[in-house]
Amino acid sequence: MRRLLILLPPLAWLLLLVAAPLLIIGLIAFAEAGPGVPPFIPPFGWAGGPVWRGSTESIGTLLGETYYLEAFLRSLLTAFVTAALCLLLAYPMALGIAGARPSWRLPLLLLVLLPFWAGFLPRLGAWIGLLRDGGWANGVLGLAGIGPLRLLYSNLALYLGMVHAYLPFAVLPLATALLRRDRSLEEAAADLGATPFTVFRSVTLPLSLPAAASAFLLVFIPAAGEFVIPELLGPPEAQLVGRVLWGEFFQNRDWPLAAALALAMLVLLLPPILLFQRLGRRG
Amino acid sequence: MRRIGLALGLGFLWAPILLMVLYAFSADRIPFQWGGFSLRWFAALAANERMREAALLSLRIAAGAATLATLLGGLAGWALARFGPFRGRTLLGALASAPLVLPEVVTGLSLLLLFVLAQGAVEAWLGWAPGRGAATILLAHATIGLAYVAVVVQARLAALDPSLEEAAADLGAEPFTIFRTVTLPLIAPSLAAGWLLAFTLSLDDVVVASFVSGPAGTTLPMLVFSALKVGLTPEVNALAALFLALAALFVGAAGLFLARRANGAG
Repeated sequence: MRRLLILLPPLAWLLLLVAAPLLIIGLIAFAEAGPGVPPFIPPFGWAGGPVWRGSTESIGTLLGETYYLEAFLRSLLTAFVTAALCLLLAYPMALGIAGARPSWRLPLLLLVLLPFWAGFLPRLGAWIGLLRDGGWANGVLGLAGIGPLRLLYSNLALYLGMVHAYLPFAVLPLATALLRRDRSLEEAAADLGATPFTVFRSVTLPLSLPAAASAFLLVFIPAAGEFVIPELLGPPEAQLVGRVLWGEFFQNRDWPLAAALALAMLVLLLPPILLFQRLGRRG
Repeated sequence: MRRIGLALGLGFLWAPILLMVLYAFSADRIPFQWGGFSLRWFAALAANERMREAALLSLRIAAGAATLATLLGGLAGWALARFGPFRGRTLLGALASAPLVLPEVVTGLSLLLLFVLAQGAVEAWLGWAPGRGAATILLAHATIGLAYVAVVVQARLAALDPSLEEAAADLGAEPFTIFRTVTLPLIAPSLAAGWLLAFTLSLDDVVVASFVSGPAGTTLPMLVFSALKVGLTPEVNALAALFLALAALFVGAAGLFLARRANGAG
């Protein structure tokens, strides 16, 4: 009885506000767009009995037009490059934190996490200010005799913003894993005459691979659906899925197509999500 | 070598932020251009009524959503950590972690569709339905926060030393007394951390809020987002400086509190 009282409120809440909305997405993806509020005709109705009046038009549009296919491919590529760059930057950072004196570790971790509290949008604003025409970045390039270049609303700006936003996500799991690692294996390798680099390559690195995979996916999954960063920093042609969905919903008011895009994103992201959760359980 | 990597990474993370804070004190109208020391943009921020209203709305939503999330997420974390295998455990675990991994646009769109259908149903029934706005944003943010709190609380409960609760039971304490005097104080820090996490997530969210809000609910991030689409304004600089000062103050206070507690215990 007491168990039920504990279990019921969160389970009911999650069924209503997580499970039901996802089912509705699947339903509206098969609705027909129409004028009115809301701008779609529900895919089933009642006329003496249940009637199906859905359509597969939105799904067909999605599969038929290369514009959408390209958006998906571009999103996956952008997420992949972002996650790889984050991993490349985060690994030495995590090694530095794990190798620091114990009293330094927590302050260093806090330094990695504290940028979050400057706010997600203000941090993007900082990049807008730095990269704009005639801004700081162009001033520095000018000293080197380069430019002026169009830096804002470019792929460079997009990746700077993405890596800046997601880097802490990659540092955290890596630092935790490297802090917890059993150093006796490395000592044994060193005692047996391995050089520091060999110890790193043959012991430290392989042992941290699950954490590195977690860090990669922790960046890849949200980056694949990112909307705000490409919208504020990226070039207009960087039509990633998140941006396309936003446009279909807010500008074109095509809710069924937006729902179909959401459904496709779910299907596409399910494998990395399941992989991430499997890694989490093992770690 | 690893020190260089760490320094480079931290420099990359902090350089734009520190420059932004520095230029928040510049008198120049163009952001990131020095025009002499001035506090005028902080004054402009304080005088900006739309900004003030949006900030107040955001704070109210964040506090409400974080509190709801802590209550529900605490219960979910408890069930996941303490109930052993039971029917529905997999479902609860999957649903509780879904908001952590779903793309924001999917969460936003799916919740909006739910709210629209619910509005339609209520209207057909009562002839009137409440509009979307602060309340729908609060429900959405509470759901996202719940997921984070559940993870934090579940991890803390799983790491708890069971002998403490067993000792209390051996000494004859009732289950509720054990919870109140042993378990709750032990998980209180993770509840506080979960609340704070849910609070900051709510204050930072623009995507989900944009989807589920109505004409009456413009939060601070929504306002900042529409400003940034045109370009950076010195007021946003000042806002970031303010956020960071508050966060630094908070972290400093928490550090002092922890240090004092550690000294008191030792």
